[in-house]
Amino acid sequence: MGLPFTVSCEHYGVQTTVPEKRSIENNLTRVDKVFQNLVTLGAFFSMVVLAAIGGFLLYRGFEIFKDFGFSFITGSKWDIGNPEDTSTAILGIGAMLVGSIITAIIAVLLSVPFAVATALLIEFYVPGWIKTILVSILDLVAALPSVVFGIWGYAVLLPLVEDWSVTIEHYLGWIPIFNVPSGIFGRSPFLAGLLLSLMIVPIITSVAREVYSQAPRDLIDAASALGGTRWGALRAVVLPFGRSGLVGGTMLGLGRALGETVAVYLTLNLVFEINFKILASAGGNVASLIATKFGEATEYELKALMASGLVLFLVTLLVNFGATMIVNKSRKIV
Amino acid sequence: MDGWPMSISLNGSVGRGEFERSFNFTVADGEVLAITGPNGSGKSTVIHTIAGLIQLRSGSLESDGAMWDASDSKVWVAPENRTCAVVFQDLRLFPHMNVISNVAYGLRARGVNKDEAIERSKKMLTRVGLSSFDKRLPNDLSGGERQRVALARALVLEPRLLLLDEPLSAVDSASRAALRELLPEVLGSFAGATILVTHDLGDVEAMATANISLN
Repeated sequence: MGLPFTVSCEHYGVQTTVPEKRSIENNLTRVDKVFQNLVTLGAFFSMVVLAAIGGFLLYRGFEIFKDFGFSFITGSKWDIGNPEDTSTAILGIGAMLVGSIITAIIAVLLSVPFAVATALLIEFYVPGWIKTILVSILDLVAALPSVVFGIWGYAVLLPLVEDWSVTIEHYLGWIPIFNVPSGIFGRSPFLAGLLLSLMIVPIITSVAREVYSQAPRDLIDAASALGGTRWGALRAVVLPFGRSGLVGGTMLGLGRALGETVAVYLTLNLVFEINFKILASAGGNVASLIATKFGEATEYELKALMASGLVLFLVTLLVNFGATMIVNKSRKIV
Repeated sequence: MDGWPMSISLNGSVGRGEFERSFNFTVADGEVLAITGPNGSGKSTVIHTIAGLIQLRSGSLESDGAMWDASDSKVWVAPENRTCAVVFQDLRLFPHMNVISNVAYGLRARGVNKDEAIERSKKMLTRVGLSSFDKRLPNDLSGGERQRVALARALVLEPRLLLLDEPLSAVDSASRAALRELLPEVLGSFAGATILVTHDLGDVEAMATANISLN
């Protein structure tokens, strides 16, 4: 090849020469070439679709960002004003954005312990036939349409949660987030968050179960042989090993919780006011705002809804990006 | 250390699937019983069976008068309740824990408070020549150093029975020579019984007081 290939240590007085970068001809077979092109096309298609959605929302909502600037994200009032005169409109999704984040956080906080416990139970404690039944039930719950969850939440969970909320407020009302001065409970961020948690438990459980099943059995045995109980061995080996997967699963659930529409629409009272009191019957989220207003929106309001969609899109992307970073960091540790 | 002298006797067969191997031996405290034989002869299976990671296929396993495993009954003592500690052939150090956490794991699991567990672990690490390695992760250690950590992790429990599964097989020749000096010294001051599984007769000569050979 005639390439310089002298690599030696400078201590001995011989110069080190780094070989020039070569371009290596990749002699793929025809089948491989077709396959490579197909997978490249598939990967690009996903990115093109993502970019197209973002681009479309930006194009349709750009006027709103131009008119309202940052106050569209921080403002909490939604008043279309005179439909003939767009300058009279005051539009802001701050309250809805806060609502989205609060309900999603409640959902994640409530669902993760259940999901971890269920995943550990299925993988390490129950016999095979019970495992099969539990997995089937979880898959079934994961496949339930969100409108079914919403109706069930409204009809069954709402009265229960109202009672629980009264009790929680009674004992923990001194904590600001549990304080409800209005005394109106019911369709609250707590109810919506609880319902969302039930919806995302199967997703998180499924991912957690998958990663826990790949935990090294040798290390679990080693922990047992050193005196660790079953739970001790799981805590020492399985939980650290599955941490990155659990974070990934949680972020998947969080993504769903942030974007959930119908279930939140049915269980959360849409009020344009930033509300941190999770038991009070007031709140909303961006997705349910879009669903509520879309049918009767004026041309200008439609643009505002597109802009809302773009904000939600970016928040979800940000969450996924953060999740990827956390997962990668965790992988380096374990 | 109530109940000394202790002994362990395995009288039965071990193995999974098609593999089956019968044993009949007793080892008492202060003894180092070597089990030798070629690869695949069932040496490691014996260790795993005594540690409770595999159930006996037939016969019984008794330690210090207490039945650990009896194939004809429901008697079976869980691994965490057996008074033994294992140094595995592949070491099985916890990769996400630093050296001191690895060594202290067994003590913590057995209810020793954190400060005492750390103190005892540090002493044991000093004894195996790793006094300044506390915060290092297993992946940052050489093969010989990892082997010493595994040894310290087992010895710190002060087990009644120490199970060594090919303790020198995963190290280079220099580390092997150093460990061959260290192990007899450590085992000499160890009050319990030891079962050493190896395919190397040099290990037997250096450490064992009795030998069973498997073909």
